[in-house]
Amino acid sequence: MSGRVVNWRNSGLIGEDTQRLDGRDKASGAAKYTYDINPEGTLYAKLLTCTHAKAKITRLDVEPAKAIKGVHTVYLFKKEGDDCNWDGELVAAVAAETADIAEDGVRAIKVSYEVGKHFVDEDDLDGALAAERTKDLVDKTDGDPDEAIKSAAAVHEGYYGINTISHMCLEPHGAHVKWNEGGDGPKVVAHHSTQAVSTTGPQFAQGFGLDASDVRVICNYIGGGFGSKFAADVWGLAATQMSKDTGRPVRLMLDRPTELKTPGTRPSGFGKVTVAADEDGKVVAWKSHHWGTNGPQGGTIDGNQMPYVFSFENQAVKSTGIKTDCGPNRAWRAPNHPQLCAITDAALTDLAAKLDMDPVELYRVNIDEGAVDRFAKNKVAVYEAELDRAVDLMEWEDKWHTPGEGDGPIKKGVGVALHRWGGRAGASTCTVKVHPDGGAEVFLGSQDLGTGTRTVIAMVLADTLGLPLDRVKVHIGSNAYPQANPSGGSITVGGVSGPVRRAALDALWQIFDKVAEKYGVPGDDLDAFGGRIWHDHKEVCRWEEACRLLGTMTLETSGKGPANDGLTDQLVGGVQMADVSVDTETGIVTINKMVAVQDCGTIINPMTARSQVTGGLIMGIAYALSEERIMDNQTGRYINADLENYKLPRIGDVGELVVDMYQPESEFARGVVGLGEPPVISTGAAISNAVFNAIGVRVPVLPLTPKRVLDALAAAKA
Amino acid sequence: MRPFEYASPRTEAEAVEMLSAHDGQTAVLSGGTDLMTLLKRDVIQPKRVVDIKNIDSLKGITRTDDGVLVGSLATLEDALDSPLLAEHHSVLQIIDAHRAIQIQQNGTLIGDLCQLPQCWYFRNGYGLLALQNGASLIESGDNRYHAVFGNSGPAKFVNSSRFAPSMIAFGAKVRVAGPGPQDEEFLPLEYFFVTPRNEKNGVNVLKPGQFITHVWLPTVAPNVKSASYEVLEMNGLDRPQAAASVALQMEGSTVREAKIVMGHVAPTPWVAHEAGKAIAGLAVTDESASTVADVAVARATPLSMNEYKVQMARTAVKRALLRAVEKV
Repeated sequence: MSGRVVNWRNSGLIGEDTQRLDGRDKASGAAKYTYDINPEGTLYAKLLTCTHAKAKITRLDVEPAKAIKGVHTVYLFKKEGDDCNWDGELVAAVAAETADIAEDGVRAIKVSYEVGKHFVDEDDLDGALAAERTKDLVDKTDGDPDEAIKSAAAVHEGYYGINTISHMCLEPHGAHVKWNEGGDGPKVVAHHSTQAVSTTGPQFAQGFGLDASDVRVICNYIGGGFGSKFAADVWGLAATQMSKDTGRPVRLMLDRPTELKTPGTRPSGFGKVTVAADEDGKVVAWKSHHWGTNGPQGGTIDGNQMPYVFSFENQAVKSTGIKTDCGPNRAWRAPNHPQLCAITDAALTDLAAKLDMDPVELYRVNIDEGAVDRFAKNKVAVYEAELDRAVDLMEWEDKWHTPGEGDGPIKKGVGVALHRWGGRAGASTCTVKVHPDGGAEVFLGSQDLGTGTRTVIAMVLADTLGLPLDRVKVHIGSNAYPQANPSGGSITVGGVSGPVRRAALDALWQIFDKVAEKYGVPGDDLDAFGGRIWHDHKEVCRWEEACRLLGTMTLETSGKGPANDGLTDQLVGGVQMADVSVDTETGIVTINKMVAVQDCGTIINPMTARSQVTGGLIMGIAYALSEERIMDNQTGRYINADLENYKLPRIGDVGELVVDMYQPESEFARGVVGLGEPPVISTGAAISNAVFNAIGVRVPVLPLTPKRVLDALAAAKA
Repeated sequence: MRPFEYASPRTEAEAVEMLSAHDGQTAVLSGGTDLMTLLKRDVIQPKRVVDIKNIDSLKGITRTDDGVLVGSLATLEDALDSPLLAEHHSVLQIIDAHRAIQIQQNGTLIGDLCQLPQCWYFRNGYGLLALQNGASLIESGDNRYHAVFGNSGPAKFVNSSRFAPSMIAFGAKVRVAGPGPQDEEFLPLEYFFVTPRNEKNGVNVLKPGQFITHVWLPTVAPNVKSASYEVLEMNGLDRPQAAASVALQMEGSTVREAKIVMGHVAPTPWVAHEAGKAIAGLAVTDESASTVADVAVARATPLSMNEYKVQMARTAVKRALLRAVEKV
């Protein structure tokens, strides 16, 4: 680190494959998740939820529950006369000595409903219009698509869609809350399964006559959030109230059906697309109308970002939201993007088929033309390079064929799609401490969603101070520490790495000053590496000797971000390809291979970066093939809210996953960009396109279940 | 989970007595892979759970003069390891298709025969028939996983057993104990399952105080070929959307007699009698298997959303036939 510059160069650890620091603790069970917090005296809470899609509570008598021995308190989310707006909405919680007694309490509650007429069909635009349940959201036109279509060489019209899915966090939402009367500590200690330890404190305080300083929020490990765990939530506040009322700690974690129904879903999107191109494949016009639901609010996916990644001279986009009596939405990994991609990229592949063209070629033509949106404008060269790499890794040229070509019954095909994301660094601060005995640690109110944030922070601190990884300690997961951004939007790796680098450099340079003074070497021309301080490749002193110069006081520095110093950047592209087999006699789609080529600027830990992309692919395979919320029109209920019928892939279902991190010098020089969401975006579209390539028939709606594949094949035959 | 009495008998007679209490509102626990889920979801509310794990006579897999007796405590893994079942290919293929090692280790073959339907209306508390004001919720609701045969009555669910088709194809019998302490009878497995006409009927013939102690499978003659094919969407824990098992008595490469049984297509395992007759006298080829599969599903009566299951059942029959003669 010769010379006092802020960058990621000349480092020992940055860019090295590094295993997660907490991997062993997680695998062995030593790591305690919120779900595991169960100190003596804890009361268990269970929930009464509404079993109707639309209902008014006509009776709610909790006295029989309170009368049960072992039940300590009942909390009401609703009262008589209140409306319930979806199957699974919370009505009451019972806290008791054991989970079983709490369940007895829930069953003892006398509740009656006046059941209303529900509407839960997210794809039924006509029905929604008739029931006056729609909202016009976007209606915009650039150029004159109708005119452009008239002279186009090929015009394709298609219908596409993607169902609502739930977040399905393995660790459900919830908290363990202890209310403390008296004493020096915080009034409320909330172990909370959250993506936002630094910002949920005020929510716990509000309504209890407290302020944020009275609340300690702790989350050391979390079993999934995906955008759905940013708030204290009504169940967190219920646990707080019940702890206050009983003087006992209360554990309230959602049960599995409620976890699927209530704390978040990803909105659905369906749409009709007309897209036209000239004979070279250059798109000359795009028209789309899409609809879908995000629950009672009546939103759907963002029409302003349609078509996705691309932007054509003549385009008209309309979108209509449907108000359904279904559970509400929350941000789901890359909000809007997977759905926008599934519609856009499926339509483009179908258009290529109309032109007898390889879809990769159609992408290249339009990217070369610069027909991309304002976010992707600077990524043209990146997309071109990533397409080339993906083509090689997939052996696309050998595998792609005219859609439907080949003998059955098992047919193979390949598909492609591409995506973009922001990933700008979030706002964070941190404190670095270097102790006179050489110990070094960093504190920040961030959280590790399982992606390796803890490891990345340790790598940056150790790398900067020239220490091995096991010589530094990382403290995250508490709002007692300097505040850090909530982890959502792929902003965390940039958010934490920048401030830690700056604070560590600040500390290092102060130590260099002392070393310079003591050893008579130039302070701005020193290096820290291998636990030693160096000048001009000669050892000056050991790290511990340098730190001893601090005297008796620990050196504390703080770092803040984001800053425009080149440590972080934003905007990524990404290309994915799928190779599938379709059993045309059973409708089962099998993933043979996925290729993901992904840029994200400077990569701190390639191992966790690849792991992140691999996870994205698996999550993408899930929503592409099997994962969906199934609303029953008859009862208005979320009929598959269990792990039996909400189907998620296992290792045997995901095929070969090839991850290629694209990091040429131009990428490394950009600085760190977040990676959380991008790898999950284009997976669904790539798989859908591969199925089309295999069977020559578009299965329009994701997930591509065997039923849908067989239905599409039967319809094509008819 | 609601509280219940827990009983742990040491003999079959004790078990029968303990099961007879509470007007038969009792449940048998062996592997528990289905029962625990039913209890946790409050789908059934037995007053007493009778854990049969300490009854020695129910353990293991033993030889009889003309076949094999599988005790109700024999797990899938026990069956996989038993040399006595080595020739029952169609049964072993189903064990293999379970994939989940947890089910293989805990689940029992006889427990599988006694599973309650997975129908999501039933599991969400709407009852076995899911009738509301006399009308079937299933008929006009989401019936994608429901029956395509035997569904003209109020029962629209599919039988959950994965082993029944293969065992029925072999001509298996179940040994039922109770309701008297010394009562026992052997009953063809084919007639064990029933289609309920009302909510009070069960899915099998067992009366209060009765349970299956063993299943008997005949020895597989050298000229018998068997196979199963399950249409499984996922590679992990998953249930077939259609399945078929066949047992073929061969004369050279010609089928002399055949039993073809489909699973997950009707409220009971579904014997395809006409298909069995159709393959008799023929060699199993792609063409004959295809034709016979068409015969097997010719009388299907799909509901509003499950036409696709007819195609799956057709494929299952075809591939089970081909698999039996090792053509797939």
